[in-house]
Amino acid sequence: MSEMNDIAIRVNNLGKLYRMGQFVSYGSLREAFTNAISAPFRNLLKRGTETKTAISEGEDYIWALKDISFNIKQGEVVGIIGRNGAGKTTLLRILTRITEPTEGSAEIFGRVGSLLEIGSGFHPELTGRENIYLNGAVLGMRKKEIERKFAEIVDFSGVEKFIDTPLKRYSSGMQVRLAFSVAAHLEPEILLVDEVLAVGDMAFQRKCLGKMDDVSRQGRTVLFVSHNMQAIRALCPRSILLKDGHIIDDGPTNDTILGYYNDLRLLTVDENTAVSNEKNRRGSGAARFTQISIQDSDGNDCSNFVMGSNIRFALSYQTYEPVDNLLVSIILRSGNTGEFVTSARHVATKHKLTAGQSGSLVIEFPNVNLRPGEYPLYIWLGDLSMQAFDVVDDVTVPLIISASEEFIESGFDPSRPAGFFNIKSRIL
Amino acid sequence: MDKPEQLAYTGLAHSVVIRPSRGWVPINLKDLWAYRELLYFLTWREIKVRYKQTILGFAWAIIQPLFMMIVFTLFFGTLAKVPSEGIPYPLFNYAALLPWILFAEGISRSSNSLVGSVNLVQKVYFPRLIMPFSGILSPIVDFAIAFVILIGMMFYFSYAPTIYILWLPAFILLALMTALGVGLWLSAVNVKYRDVRYVIPFLIQLWLFASPVVYSSNLLPERFQIIYGINPMSGVIEGFRWALLGTEPPNALIGVSVGIVVVILISGAYYFRRSEKTFADVI
Repeated sequence: MSEMNDIAIRVNNLGKLYRMGQFVSYGSLREAFTNAISAPFRNLLKRGTETKTAISEGEDYIWALKDISFNIKQGEVVGIIGRNGAGKTTLLRILTRITEPTEGSAEIFGRVGSLLEIGSGFHPELTGRENIYLNGAVLGMRKKEIERKFAEIVDFSGVEKFIDTPLKRYSSGMQVRLAFSVAAHLEPEILLVDEVLAVGDMAFQRKCLGKMDDVSRQGRTVLFVSHNMQAIRALCPRSILLKDGHIIDDGPTNDTILGYYNDLRLLTVDENTAVSNEKNRRGSGAARFTQISIQDSDGNDCSNFVMGSNIRFALSYQTYEPVDNLLVSIILRSGNTGEFVTSARHVATKHKLTAGQSGSLVIEFPNVNLRPGEYPLYIWLGDLSMQAFDVVDDVTVPLIISASEEFIESGFDPSRPAGFFNIKSRIL
Repeated sequence: MDKPEQLAYTGLAHSVVIRPSRGWVPINLKDLWAYRELLYFLTWREIKVRYKQTILGFAWAIIQPLFMMIVFTLFFGTLAKVPSEGIPYPLFNYAALLPWILFAEGISRSSNSLVGSVNLVQKVYFPRLIMPFSGILSPIVDFAIAFVILIGMMFYFSYAPTIYILWLPAFILLALMTALGVGLWLSAVNVKYRDVRYVIPFLIQLWLFASPVVYSSNLLPERFQIIYGINPMSGVIEGFRWALLGTEPPNALIGVSVGIVVVILISGAYYFRRSEKTFADVI
């Protein structure tokens, strides 16, 4: 029995079937009527040619989750990772009872709190004070509970001056801070978190991570969905990797994160990659990258480097309009905050190119002294006047730097990186 | 670290088993009770926000029934000379408009409650029944404000309320329960078919003229009386006039109305619970 008692979440063969288009539009009554009227005729026509099982295998339906089973112990902090559409959010939505599973079951032992989106129930016309009460109630806090923590919440948010101002006068940053403060003061035994850390300014993000860390140190169970691998690595010893609705890896975070990157790596950047994703790929399109790969000094594809390695970027491009003096920039971002860590700019061609020409170059960073961590890449193609033709921003696998033996021996904890560069220092 | 009893959620279910529901789902009263504070806050939000950034503010709660009364008095009282059981027409009409607006607002707010809070439905768990429920509660404030005018009018026309005023809460309850029953059905259907949004104003308009707001139910021929019993609002309105102005007591058919309300309410709650599981997916 003791084994049963320390389980916080037990998930058994959980599955969720969605009808395609269910998200896209809601029906109209007319459609429902036509369906209702034509259904008997359709069924008559179809009789004998199709069986009822077609429903679950037909092209109109998709399993957002299938055969999901795992146990989470009390006090465990587990990351859920995977690409967009892998089923992470659906899993959290089921565990928080927002939506029902189609099959299987999940048992939850303990009070659950969820942060699927902060600020739910916020109303722009109400003051900060009023919104704290409203949002607290939405998250399941008792009024007394909110009253007791009110000062703490306001203090954490840093908006005390505006607490009696309507929310619509707040900047978006202030709204987010207030929302997170309320959410952060929930004290459930099991906390389900989805991507809330992707908001706010740097200083506040750090504060949020600190708060999450506190929560996990208090022995609460946390399930944390994020794309921020640095945060996952720092907070969760164990992670579950989802792909197309299935669990493809469940184990120590360092291993599952590698699996995640290997999964991402199948995405090769070519002319079309994520062009439709305007957030991540921008530029005028006068010239575009056709291939970007990260290689080790032997020219093999690689994304995980030990500190001090040589790192190569093999880039190919193609012109679509006549261009002059092509420039390439490679910028490493911080995995935590997104700020630029360092950049390298090189002239790719000094002569004029006509439309339809292609070329390639390899840029090497020798002996990289970056500290362990993930460094998303921002790769830029443009000309001398700094006009951007193609911007590939965090589309590729990030650069992963892992700790060298020497670095670990010198007493650093690789799961808690501090800073970006490894600059030698000594006592004089 | 906080002790367990200091944790949030103290009233909420300690552990849950999540599995697909099949068919009819029972109404989870325990869960509803655990979330009673959310009901309070959502209602409070609706009341607070209602008249924000308006010049007249809560005066709107009075202006709406007052203007309706003036228009109806002009057309039905003065021009068409609709008989009003010996009561001055403005008073006769206003006493009916009060429960009517309470009811109509309740239906329209509760029917739109879910689709008006997509963000909440998709992001947070709470018993969804709270939303339409809160929709019928918030108009009570407007009702109370508009009631003050009625008291003023009764003074003006020298009408003292009868002892039957003690029945008033029962009629208010009947109006609210009717609105809730219809609101449960419509809000759940509205999630899937937004046509409901356009049907509601029609429904309310038709229902207004099917209820004795602008006329007295005595005007109806005998054979229509049974249709009358089907409409709970006719009993409510007659009850209001009876309790406040001393007209004839409501027809015994009000018993049929109560039965009908109970049926709508219970079936609505079950239909709501049954559709609830897909709300977050289709809203």
